[in-house]
Amino acid sequence: MPDTLLFYVLSGVAIVASALVIGQRNPMYSIMLLIVSFGALAGLYITLDAPFVAVAQIIVYAGAIMVLFLFVVMLLNAPQEDAAEWDRTHPLRRPGMARVGALLAGLLIIQLAWALMRVSALVEAPVAGRGDAAAISSVRALGRVLFTDYLFAFEATSILILVAMVGAVVLARREADR
Amino acid sequence: MFNSVLDAIVPMLCVTLAALAAMGAEAFRGRGERMPIGGLGIVGLLGAGISSALLWNRNASSFGVIVADNFGLFVTLVLVVVGILTILFSSQVVERDGLPAGEYYALVLFAIAGMMMMATASDLLVIFIALEVLSLAVYVLTGIRREDPRAIEAAFKYFLLGAFSSAFFLYGIAFTFGLTGTTHLDRIGSYLAAQSLSDNPLILVALGLLLVGFSFKISAVPFHMWTPDAYEGAPAIVTGFMSTGVKAAAFAAFARVFLSAFEPFSADWAPVVWWIAAATMILGTVVGVAQTNLKRMLAYSSIAHGGYLLVGLVAANQVGKAAILFYLLAYAVTNLSAFGVIALLGSRDKPNDELRDYAGLWQTRPALSALMTVCLLSLGGLPPTVGFIGKWYIFSAAVGAGYYGLAIIGVLTSVISVFFYLRVVVMMYMQDRGADAPVVQINAVSMAALTVAIVAIFYLGILPTRVLDLATQSISTIF
Repeated sequence: MPDTLLFYVLSGVAIVASALVIGQRNPMYSIMLLIVSFGALAGLYITLDAPFVAVAQIIVYAGAIMVLFLFVVMLLNAPQEDAAEWDRTHPLRRPGMARVGALLAGLLIIQLAWALMRVSALVEAPVAGRGDAAAISSVRALGRVLFTDYLFAFEATSILILVAMVGAVVLARREADR
Repeated sequence: MFNSVLDAIVPMLCVTLAALAAMGAEAFRGRGERMPIGGLGIVGLLGAGISSALLWNRNASSFGVIVADNFGLFVTLVLVVVGILTILFSSQVVERDGLPAGEYYALVLFAIAGMMMMATASDLLVIFIALEVLSLAVYVLTGIRREDPRAIEAAFKYFLLGAFSSAFFLYGIAFTFGLTGTTHLDRIGSYLAAQSLSDNPLILVALGLLLVGFSFKISAVPFHMWTPDAYEGAPAIVTGFMSTGVKAAAFAAFARVFLSAFEPFSADWAPVVWWIAAATMILGTVVGVAQTNLKRMLAYSSIAHGGYLLVGLVAANQVGKAAILFYLLAYAVTNLSAFGVIALLGSRDKPNDELRDYAGLWQTRPALSALMTVCLLSLGGLPPTVGFIGKWYIFSAAVGAGYYGLAIIGVLTSVISVFFYLRVVVMMYMQDRGADAPVVQINAVSMAALTVAIVAIFYLGILPTRVLDLATQSISTIF
């Protein structure tokens, strides 16, 4: 039971923090709340017997990437979104497409909740087939899987990162040095 | 030499190496020095084409996640054609617009490598990575003319909506993995075959999310909103590239996922795709009629063509599957040539892509107007061009599978679409060239590439049997 309770607490924190991220007008607060959300997710990973993923989540996402975000926000010197251009009305009260979009989003959430409620009996089979959770979560086992079963996906990701890097350079560099 | 574990990835490896070579060449290029970087790309693409031809009928597979079956190889060959035509047309555009050559060609080649990976991947995870590789490259290519505010807007819209749709796609993969414990298509298929929807509605959720992800990439209605803006804002040649290459790759993966892994539930997804196909054909055509910008008009036309391809997917019989492959080739050659003409007629300061810029074009450029006319007639589906044969097979597949409604909608929208294609032709031949009409220089390489493409359009339109046989062979190995 404490596990279940922990799950609900952590998921609650993650959901509320994520919702608040997009509700903030000051990007600084958004970033801080995003760290809270990532922290809660890391907690969830620990309850799932995946300590390595949890640590990676903290170090990479809550640590490195958030620092980058903070730097970008500071360099852009944009502590607040422009109040004059910001539409303050609630999404549901906005006219036209925004209202339709909000409705569809609500519908999607209801559908997901409904479907997730009904699967309890079936998830066991495939998950049980994947072996001992503690063995999977060890760094050694993770590395072995990464460089055997998922070798191609791992290597293809390097191309993905290279493309992202080239793209960023193309879009960001100065024009003069042709 | 063709017996190792790496066989199946040789085509995409050739293209990736060419992309790396393009980057290296740019790094060693002196300031102001000219280098035939596009030539490197052609070499890599030819290598990919030759290795695909050698791999034909061998069913090679690498790492258990890339399968070079004939289906994947056929799409790979289509992508080779797309890549070569794009690079040939680009040679003029890159110089004229002062685009960064090394980065431009590298991104085009990386995008093609990603497309090839997507077309041959048999694992959802790899399909996702491939999708991201090609998407990132195409986002950047869309906004590569940074001084043009329209291009920046297009790139930004495309990027935001694309990232959003990727999230949907990834969520679908997560649910599929949660349900089946695997991301491999074959194993998903065999696991799902023993399941029923009534006691497992999550399958429907996974299916729906994946459908949204794919629909976005093939710009099917109602996930087409980004298409007109992105296509209009991007440089014309990039628009041609993404409207053909991205669509071919996304369709290949779409067909592979839905006709193999989710085949057991085809009775559940087919009606949904039916409606998407019908809406896509109708909206693409009807809204296309009202456009005055040629690029925007062709954007809506490419939405409609996505709808025709979906008809083949709904029909899902032998004719339909072969027709998808043939249509992908037909559409790729035709549409890319049409955008090639638009790109060649542009200038650095002005894209010249409004309909009135084409008034009386034949008086100054008779050959180019003739080539454009052939492309437009082929897009409209008039014989003896390849567009006619492609549509013929798609619609006969729909009739064969009993989808008369879709076939009728398809024929009607084709007829309507001829109106706006012919409007351009009328503009080019019946109007007078204005005094302020732009005069452009066109280099020989681009003109030669266009001529070859037009010959291909007629060849495939008059003697389609050989290629159709290849397409039929391709699908026999997987589905």
